[in-house]
Amino acid sequence: MNHVRLTAEQAGPLTTYQDRGRPGLMRFGVPLSGPVDRLALATANTALGNPPGATAIEVSGGGLTLAGGASPIDFALAGGDFTAAIDGNRIGSDIVATLPAGARLTIRDGSAGNWACLAIGGRIIAPAWLGSTATHALAGLGGGRISAGDTIIVEATPPRFDTPVPLPPPPSDDGPIRVVIGPQERFFDPEALEFLTTAPWRIGAAFDRMGIVLDGPPLVPTSLAMLSEPLVRGTFQVNGSGTATVLLADHQSTGGYPRIATVISADVDRLAQLRPGTPIRFTTIPATEAIAIARRRHTAIAAYLATVANPASFEDRLRGSNLIGGVVDAADPD
Amino acid sequence: MLVAMETPASAWPNYRPLADIALLVEFGDTAEPAIHNRVIAFDAAIGAAKLPGVLETVPSYATLMIHYDPVATDYYALKTAITSLANAARAAQTTPTEHVIPVCYEADNAPDLAAVAEQRGMSVESVIAQHLSGDYRVYMYGFAPGYAYLGGVPASLDLPRKPVPVRSRPVGSVMIAGGQCIVTTLPMPTGWWVIGRSPAAILRPESPKPFLFDPGDRIRFRRIASFDAP
Repeated sequence: MNHVRLTAEQAGPLTTYQDRGRPGLMRFGVPLSGPVDRLALATANTALGNPPGATAIEVSGGGLTLAGGASPIDFALAGGDFTAAIDGNRIGSDIVATLPAGARLTIRDGSAGNWACLAIGGRIIAPAWLGSTATHALAGLGGGRISAGDTIIVEATPPRFDTPVPLPPPPSDDGPIRVVIGPQERFFDPEALEFLTTAPWRIGAAFDRMGIVLDGPPLVPTSLAMLSEPLVRGTFQVNGSGTATVLLADHQSTGGYPRIATVISADVDRLAQLRPGTPIRFTTIPATEAIAIARRRHTAIAAYLATVANPASFEDRLRGSNLIGGVVDAADPD
Repeated sequence: MLVAMETPASAWPNYRPLADIALLVEFGDTAEPAIHNRVIAFDAAIGAAKLPGVLETVPSYATLMIHYDPVATDYYALKTAITSLANAARAAQTTPTEHVIPVCYEADNAPDLAAVAEQRGMSVESVIAQHLSGDYRVYMYGFAPGYAYLGGVPASLDLPRKPVPVRSRPVGSVMIAGGQCIVTTLPMPTGWWVIGRSPAAILRPESPKPFLFDPGDRIRFRRIASFDAP
């Protein structure tokens, strides 16, 4: 394998190595971690022929500038509307391309999204902790944060994308964010439960890998007297002053604030991608419907990734058929 | 810590769906050994049953979180399967592992020991004796990797957290607050009272068993004269 060394010339504060994460350890206080936008990681890796959960670089609003190494590398960028440029020439968003030896790759946050994944063809060599390179940002465990001056070492596969190839658009949904009420709805007045779905909410100014704060009506719990218990990704919890937070990839494994609802798995990552100030609405659905949605989404994502796995033919397909539209439709009935 | 709930005690356990990803089983709403024993027994029974679609389980004081793959199973199938395990869980005779954890209470390693003694109106030696007298149980992990919440702190040492967290304490800090004790595994900000330091490695990433304690394990502390870094 050809080892290529890339240099980070500039990196936003939330730039980290991420892989699929470390499942099975929440009972020991270890969150899953991994990418905030899980489909972005799978897409970027799949487009390059890497395993879908392989180590990649998660980029946030601060962007990332890399100086290429002694040999060319392939890369794929997915998630949000982050843009890539090679030596200052913008090549687009959601794209697969080759970075020539010595060239500069600049990732910027574009018009939408808080998180993107940059995968590199081959294998990124990063420190593992408990079997995963995913960075647990609070503790600094795993591959860790990437800062200006850091070197990224890659066992690179031979480059294949001299001409950049756009990725097909992923299954998407612009509807309200769907939640299942509970498990601590009994800690809230009926009025608060009504506010959850009737009030105009906005994405708050504060977010990180642990969670995203929401601006909306104060949903003050009627009591805070509850024991700490396990948390899940998508938990909609409210602290004593009524501040609402939805928990993301690095969430603590347990907590003691009342949880009014849980965002369904199909909607957590798209909620995390909405920028501060974006208006949002919540709608409640029963658990049975949430499970049916998860199954439909699983099928739609499998179909999408199968298309992504053969990027050389994207452009032909885009020109010659409506397959891409069909994939999007598969996720729409929700 | 008693919590008013609509559900009568006889209705335990309660089952609650967390969207499409998890099922929460509630066995009570207080931190007490009898309820925690049920959590641990259910956790063991579910682990042994190897139910299809179950991804991981997370025990806590009075509840058990069961994460599942919604493509492989669903809330109702899982609830039915778990309900049928109730008898197995009741019959399970769990023999918890006991650990003896060394603690150095010497002043350099116990920055809050004097303040705890002052607030509880007792001598430093009495605080140490009280802490050593406790019969501790691992109720759950939380907050950060390897942070095990140990219940069983004598009531004489019950203190609320500090109003403002202290930036960082070294790994192995033995700290108390709210009737709980934690031996830290990572340097994290904390509002708990640090009364000693232990060389015991609770988080061992290179070990085949990276976490020394399992939920339900029993702990006793043993005094050592000086702290030797592991």
